[in-house]
Amino acid sequence: MNFILKKLTTMIITLLVLSFLSFAAFEMVGDPVATILGTNATPEAAAELRAELGLDRPLPVRYGSWLVDFFRGDWGESYIYHIPVRDMIHEKFVITVTLTLMGFFLAVLMAIPIGLYSARREGQWIDRAITVLSQILMAIPPFFVAILLTIFFGLLLKIFTPGTFVSYQDNLGKFVGYMIFPAISIALPRIAMTVKMLRTTVLGEMQKDYIRTAYSRGHSRQTALKQHAFKNGLLPVITFLAANMAEMLAGCIVIEQIFSVPGIGRLLMTSISSRDIPTVEAIVMILALWVMIVHFIGELLNDAVDPRLHG
Amino acid sequence: MKKLFEKHNNWFFRAGFVITAFMLLMILIGQFWTPYEPSAMDASAKGLAPSLSHLFGTDKFGRDIFSRVMEGAGSTLLIAFFVVLIGASAGVLIGAVTGYCGGIVDEILMRICDGITAFPSVMLALIIIAVLGPGKWNVIWVLAILFIPSFARVVRTEFSRIKKQNYISLAKLQGVGPLRIIIRHMLPNAFPVLLPAISIGFNNAVLAEASMSFLGVGVSVNEVSLGRMLNDSQNYILRGLPWYALFVGLTIALLILGFSLLGEGLQKNNEG
Repeated sequence: MNFILKKLTTMIITLLVLSFLSFAAFEMVGDPVATILGTNATPEAAAELRAELGLDRPLPVRYGSWLVDFFRGDWGESYIYHIPVRDMIHEKFVITVTLTLMGFFLAVLMAIPIGLYSARREGQWIDRAITVLSQILMAIPPFFVAILLTIFFGLLLKIFTPGTFVSYQDNLGKFVGYMIFPAISIALPRIAMTVKMLRTTVLGEMQKDYIRTAYSRGHSRQTALKQHAFKNGLLPVITFLAANMAEMLAGCIVIEQIFSVPGIGRLLMTSISSRDIPTVEAIVMILALWVMIVHFIGELLNDAVDPRLHG
Repeated sequence: MKKLFEKHNNWFFRAGFVITAFMLLMILIGQFWTPYEPSAMDASAKGLAPSLSHLFGTDKFGRDIFSRVMEGAGSTLLIAFFVVLIGASAGVLIGAVTGYCGGIVDEILMRICDGITAFPSVMLALIIIAVLGPGKWNVIWVLAILFIPSFARVVRTEFSRIKKQNYISLAKLQGVGPLRIIIRHMLPNAFPVLLPAISIGFNNAVLAEASMSFLGVGVSVNEVSLGRMLNDSQNYILRGLPWYALFVGLTIALLILGFSLLGEGLQKNNEG
């Protein structure tokens, strides 16, 4: 319990520091009033707008009220589209989270059986092939996988047409179908890393005394591996996958760009270039929250599997 | 050189060494000589497929992609080099101090590092570049700072281990000052763990630069780099010119593969 409280405190402090820094950083970018009014703004109009947006108050005051509003669910209004940021982000967030989750489950569903299989066939040719292949796949950046998939499945086989994204609100089936290739792009390097890690940890467990005890009780290598080594070998993999979930979300920013998926990553990029600060700040906050929560869940899972870790 | 191979007698190191050496050689040659002038346009050779005269084909302006890749890879590697140089120097310094001193300084610095590493570095870099504006040196500084924790952590762990060794206690008893202990006695012994970290640092720096420039928040529009070229080439894929993106992507993947294998091989050696 003490450990959870400690983690939670660190999490909240990091979140506050990060949000304040990003808030302050965008102060330096330039005057949002100039962005909204354009070049032909009169000083009177500028001052009026500044008062209306609350920009005439000092920075810490503005940050405080922004933070309070954020957690109340009021994320401000877009400088560019003049609609509430929350409405704008909602759909895009669902899209990106779907993409991340698809990639994540793909990674888990593929990596755990393959890693276990590889460990079971240790030293045989199939194990070597898996090891070499995963070593190579690990080094291939997700965006290159995306390009290869686009060329191979889009251009040569014509299985999917890039740029024909359909929102989940219009057609759920087509939406999921379109997201499969982006999800593969994100998942592939993660699958390779997880396979490698699971194989190493499981084989490491197989060297330990309790496995010898299991053998002496008449277990075969197969059952010893399945019933004992697997469970303990999975432990470090859980934390690793949780950290991956955060990396995958960041990976989405690039992948969305390649597959023209209108997710939160694309919105972040366009908002940054158009200096739509309320939108950028809300996205940064959401991404940060997501990363924190995922890490936290990873820690909790770890704690549940092995309570010794945190005393 | 022979000693290096005898010491790191594993498959990873050899493969990584060969790939990295080949890429570095190509980049080095590209600094002095390229088959064509990288920015020279040739109206009679627009959008050509790969052939013997244009190994990687040409783009829509008739520029030779192979020559451009050689130039761009050099720029990407230069960025990675400075990122690792700055990141590793600062990381070693911080890691050495926290590992040697321990206590409250250690606690505070490590919590800051935890906070930075919790967030995917590309995401943080994106936001910072959005504020600073694109450009080669902005990318270098941002990535270098974000990479400090990974080096600091490795060095710190090693230092707090070495600190407890007898020969350090002996040196202290003999009245050797802390600065001399850190530099003369501890740093050389932390080197074996620093080496794979540097290799992985190169790997991550190339990947980060490529991702950022690809998104348009890396180097500025008139600078060359592999990520920048990947951004250009993306528009060609669906217009039936896929090899531009293919070869640029392949170059990035090979650079990363080389460094990651090298790092893996160096690490294997430490594990014994």
